[in-house]
Amino acid sequence: MAREDRWELNKNLAQMLKGGVIMDVTTPEQAQIAEQAGACAVMALERIPADIRAAGGVSRMSDPKMIKGIQNAVSIPVMAKCRIGHIAEAQILQAIEIDYIDESEVLSPADDVYHIDKRQFDVPFVCGARDLGEALRRIAEGASMIRTKGEPGTGDVVQAVRHMRLMMSEIRKVVAMREDELYEEAKQLAVPYELVRYVHENGKLPVVNFAAGGVATPADAALMMQLGAEGVFVGSGIFKSGNPAKRARAIVQAVTNYDNPAILAELSEDLGEAMVGINEQEIKLLMAERGK
Amino acid sequence: MKAGIFALQGAFIEHEHAMQALGADCVEIRRRAQFTDGLDCIILPGGESTVQGKLLREEGLLEPVRAAIMGGLPVFGTCAGLILLARELSNDENVYLGTMDVCVRRNAYGRQLGSFRCDADIKGIGSFPAVFIRAPYIEQAGAGVDVLAAVNGKIVAARQGNMLATAFHPELTGDLRVHALFCGMARGRA
Repeated sequence: MAREDRWELNKNLAQMLKGGVIMDVTTPEQAQIAEQAGACAVMALERIPADIRAAGGVSRMSDPKMIKGIQNAVSIPVMAKCRIGHIAEAQILQAIEIDYIDESEVLSPADDVYHIDKRQFDVPFVCGARDLGEALRRIAEGASMIRTKGEPGTGDVVQAVRHMRLMMSEIRKVVAMREDELYEEAKQLAVPYELVRYVHENGKLPVVNFAAGGVATPADAALMMQLGAEGVFVGSGIFKSGNPAKRARAIVQAVTNYDNPAILAELSEDLGEAMVGINEQEIKLLMAERGK
Repeated sequence: MKAGIFALQGAFIEHEHAMQALGADCVEIRRRAQFTDGLDCIILPGGESTVQGKLLREEGLLEPVRAAIMGGLPVFGTCAGLILLARELSNDENVYLGTMDVCVRRNAYGRQLGSFRCDADIKGIGSFPAVFIRAPYIEQAGAGVDVLAAVNGKIVAARQGNMLATAFHPELTGDLRVHALFCGMARGRA
């Protein structure tokens, strides 16, 4: 199959995930809880971001056996993370027929210059981005889905909000430009002209754009949707909380009903303990700074 | 014509764009109160059937939607929408609306690496660009079901009275002919 066709099919899978919640899980049992709570996909990883942050050290792709256990436990798409620039980890994930690879700043970067040439793969990639330039660079490399970087494992939504707001305002700016200004904008953003032109004509990224990083409550999820996210990743927020199944269900419903405050009020009631947050000023390691 | 597009999860905007291009007014349905009598037809979009089915059930939408379809309301389901309509799933215990006399296999082509695009020959339409994303297919269709298309011997589009279903995604292609067929079904009833 032609590369372009494969990229289209991979973009199409992300379209099917829209309006949904993708949840981090570390065991088959958690994956089943997530599926039953209404997750549209799960991210299989050995440690959730909050624990990666706490443990420190080098963080790598998860054991394929562990990922396969999760693939066998659920019927929804299963994603997994590889390190930025780690071509071989991505090849391994493709070999076990993962549904989506997250080339993720949450893991330790394997390459501090180059991202993976994602067009060489048949499986789709999602990548993090803090602004329009980063998003379009990842898309040029072959990413078929984008998410904000947020600041994973903190339970603090401020960075995801910052990234989403910045990306949306940059998109509006490109839409408002004269056609002859697009060439200079492509130069400034360090991205191909054709992608800037697409944003100018369509008022959106050429691929689906999710929120990620620090989402811990139904209200956080609704906030990100109101700011323009097409769906939400929830990492540590669910299985680091007091009642994961109930919180997961509430976040799923909050994404569907993000513009209905009366329902959001009901969903926010009695969810038990939220994950303990870390303010962005208190963290030593800014994962969002990895890979630009 | 007023089309109700189920907007619980998945690729519902794409259906709205297709129906609007054919002159329909679209309303998004997320809550029980939004499923009203004034609709001329409804669409169940692609997405994750487990998520959509669960939200339909929790919102108390399954029963009223099932009753409306049995009462003749035209419905078009794509991919997950086909799964929601099926009387039986061969590899899943769940049944959601269960109004269409078909047995459907979920994720019938495997994981995302099994997703593909091909030309399907649809009865009454002809060659059509069919996009299959982690798609199901129809393993068995009852006597009252009109098979509209098969790919590699598997049924991928069918009609039963007021119900139209495809395993693939016409809403992703920009080709409006399947939606136009559905609009014809909806107008025929009005």
